[in-house]
Parts: sequence; structure tokens; C-alpha cells
Amino acid sequence: MRSIRIGAGSGFSGDRIEPAVELAERGGLDYLVFECLAERTIALAQQARLKDPEAGYDPWLEDRISAVLPACLARGIRIVTNMGAANPAAAARRIAAIARQQGGRMPRIAHVEGDDVLDAVRGTDLPLLERPGTAAQIGNAMISANAYLGVEAIVAALSAGAEIVVTGRVADPALFLAPMVHEFGWSMQDWHRLGQGTVLGHLLECTGQLTGGYFADPGVKDVADLARLGFPFADVTEDGSAVLGKVEGSGGEISPRTCTEQLLYEVHDPAAYFQPDVVADFSGVRFRVVGPDRVAVEGGTGRARPETLKVTIGYRDGFIGEGQISYCGTGAVARARLATEIVQERLRLIGVPVSELRCDIIGLDSLLRGPLPQGRDEPLDVRARIAGRVETLAEARRIGREVEAIWLNGPAGGGGATWQAREVIAAASVLLPRTQVTTRFAFVES
Amino acid sequence: MKLRDLAHARAGDKGDISNISVIAHDIADFDWIRQHVTEAAVAAHFAALLTGLVTRYELPQLGALNFVMQGALGGGVTRSLALDAHGKSLSSSLLEMELPPPPQRDGSG
Repeated sequence: MRSIRIGAGSGFSGDRIEPAVELAERGGLDYLVFECLAERTIALAQQARLKDPEAGYDPWLEDRISAVLPACLARGIRIVTNMGAANPAAAARRIAAIARQQGGRMPRIAHVEGDDVLDAVRGTDLPLLERPGTAAQIGNAMISANAYLGVEAIVAALSAGAEIVVTGRVADPALFLAPMVHEFGWSMQDWHRLGQGTVLGHLLECTGQLTGGYFADPGVKDVADLARLGFPFADVTEDGSAVLGKVEGSGGEISPRTCTEQLLYEVHDPAAYFQPDVVADFSGVRFRVVGPDRVAVEGGTGRARPETLKVTIGYRDGFIGEGQISYCGTGAVARARLATEIVQERLRLIGVPVSELRCDIIGLDSLLRGPLPQGRDEPLDVRARIAGRVETLAEARRIGREVEAIWLNGPAGGGGATWQAREVIAAASVLLPRTQVTTRFAFVES
Repeated sequence: MKLRDLAHARAGDKGDISNISVIAHDIADFDWIRQHVTEAAVAAHFAALLTGLVTRYELPQLGALNFVMQGALGGGVTRSLALDAHGKSLSSSLLEMELPPPPQRDGSG
């Protein structure tokens, strides 16, 4: 049976670049997929685009594409990526410019449009999924609204001969599912194969999280050579069965235990993983070791796709001011607590209207949740942290400066004060009938 | 003993919802884990944190449970004031849960 090999080149915008180059040069790939969009990335990118019509795509596109393009062109590896963010057309033009600069063959580059549904969502009564309210109630604070697209336009671009396809918001697994649908001619009503393909895309989309990253726990789960962690690929056959692997000699581990952790990552009901093209069912998935760092994936399936598409809305949601200062030695926790109390009182005295405040002692209770163990020794090296939500940047800066002022005006021996103030770009979701979303692709003019 | 002695875990986030997988190191311990790491036990463990319900899903062939915790992330990663806004470290917090040791199995020494 015919098979194709699809590699995962990035699991987020800031991911390592060398493992993608390793995959392109030595992975025997047919496709290399770069997933680079987090929940609110498009809102940030949209703000950049408003300032500069040629901006708004992934900030690492230049570095990433420059690094892998020679190997991909030489070996006929096709690239699928959502690095287009808020401006896929400009991203495609930039990739063409990189190819021109490198002086090699000019690839056929397509960009996918249609995910930007700001006009269809703004001012509507569509209910927000996470909390009470409607899209209209977000009002002028709304920056962006992007639908999670399926494979349709990517498949069309690949079928038309695109060697590089750049998208904006697309369901992450769809970036991987699209090459399978294109290569094997799977029907878009073949829910079983679309479901299994979605399992594979989901496993691959966070790169190193499948190969031993986000996993190691010394003495319990040891993983070799994490500094040279290899990124994964899947050998997918026409019937959807697949074997996961990584480049020989790269660091990390692919095993049923790494695969099981990643299968459930960011998943709610494993029997109903909602995607634009299918409701995938992970509940019967099994992993089987078929060789060193080779794991077969079986048992994924699915059922008919939903009639709505999920839309992520990015909106301005006030500001956060935050500061930290460290203490050590006996009594460090008490001094750190005193520091947070002083800052809280100062904010009251100077009249900073904080709608929500959080104080942590890093080293004691900043991460650990649940019952605190009894009788443990108090840590001798801690860091006080104060974060508050306010309406304006000026107020956020005042929170930070009050923490900094603790240096000279607070408890003994405070060191390493830092602070920051930032605007909050929050995300909310709505469901939009798919009939209101039209996707298409276009080739970049070169 | 701690849950950490029997299982490993991974946390993920979507909006204000955290999900934590709990996976038996040895699938022979899965039933014991399933018996003790219930929705109620997880809700109690994270009582100070949660504003919503806990739902458990089971994947026995993988020795895995998946806990979905609503209202667990202080409004979600994009607006949370927490140091770990994603709640990625909640997996380690859950593994601190105390549970009775499983009965000795034949041949387990």
C-alpha cells in the first residue's frame, strides 16, 4: 500500500528550527508542516497588520523558511504552514522573496484566505462559548475574529500544484490531514479515515511533545539527549494506518507513554474531538511498538462534521501590571509576604483601581495547587510576586513601580526586583454556521 | 503513597478549561487508580482553584484517565494573573495526591 511521510517542523511560533532542518535534510519527508499559531497570536498579528499592510505574519517566518527551503526544494518536500497568521498573502510574498534571494528554483506558493470573519461576527448576537455575553457586547475592543478552517482550500492548492501552502487560522490537525486527503483522495465524507488522520495530526502538531519533550522527569521518566530532541514524522498509508518515528540519531523518545500523554493533550471528551472536517473519536486509539522509536497508531475514527465552525475572537481586555522581588535566608517567606502586603496597601493609598490582584510567593505557592504537605521545611529562597488587573497602561506601570520601590522601602534584603506592564489581548469563542465562511486559495504572483 | 508513584500526567489548556491526563506507569495499576482518582477526589484536591465541574473520561486500553476541569485557569491563559497562566504545572500538582498503595499483586514482589 502506498504511504507518505509527513514531518512536524514546529509546534509553536517560538519552536526550535534545527530539528526541522534535520527532518528536511535527513527525514526522507514528502511533506513538512509548520504549526505556529497560538490562540491569540492572530490578534497580535492583526494589530501589526493595521500598522503595516505587509506585516501580520509569523515573526520567525524569515528564519524558519530560509533554514529549510534549500533542502525542501532539493528533495521535493512540500510545505504546509499557518505562518500566514493575519496576512497569508504577505507571508507568501515574503517566502517568494526568500526563494529569490537564495537564487534557487522558484517554488509555486499558494496562500489560503477566508478565515478572517471579523465582518461576519462583529456586532452580532452570537453567544460567547466561555462566558455569558455576545460578540456584540465586546464592541470596539474586538481586534480579530478568525474561523478555524478545515482542509478544503489547502487540498485544492496542493491539487493545483502548490509546493508551499501558507494559511492563517486553520485547525492545527488539518495542516497534517490536508496532505493525506490530497495524496490518497479520501472522500470528505469518509469520517473513519478523516478521524484517524485527525488523530495523527493531533499527535504531530506539538512536535517535541510527542518525542519526549514536556515529558522528562529525572529518575521516573528519563529521556535521552533533550538538547537534540528530534521532531516527529508519520508514515501514513492509504487506509489511514500509520507509524510514528523520528530521525535516527536525534534525541528524545517515541513510545506508547509519550504518545498517550500527547493523545490527550488539550483534549476534553476523547470520543468527540470537534474539528471543522470531522468529529474525531480518539477513544479506541492504541499504540504498538514496531521498532526502536517507531510506534504504530491504530483505532482512530470519527463521525460527521459539525455544521458550525469555531471562531476565536481577539479583543483588548485592559492591562496587567506585575512585579517581583526575591528574599533568602531564615524568615524569607515572612519578608516576602510583608512585601506583598505593603504593595497592596500602597496601591490603596495612592488610589490605583485594581479590579483583581494576585500575590504569590514563588518557591512556596505560586504553582503548587491542592493540599499543602504537612511539616515541610520553609524554603530559604523565595520570590514575592504581585500581579494586578487595571484599565490603563499608566495604572499597570504604577503597580510595577510600587513593587520596584519595595527595594528601598520594604523588608530587609530584597533583591532582583523586576516589573512589567502589558496590554491584555484576550480570546473568546463563538460558533459560526459554516455557510457563512468561504475559503479559497491563490498563487502568489512571482 | 502519592499518585506520582503509580502514574504520570500531562496538563493542557483551552480557554478557562484545564485537562489533565493521568496515565498508569504499569497498566496493572489502572483499576486501582480508577477506583481512587475519581471526579470527586480531583475536585477536592483542586477545591481552592476550581469554579466549575470536573468530568472524567476513561481510556482503559491505554491505562489512561482524562480529567476535564471547568473554570480552572483564572479566566484562561489570555487574561489570567497566574505565573503559570496555562496551568501546565497542574499535572505535577495532581500527582501529589495521596492514595493508598495498591494490594500486592502475584509475582510483583
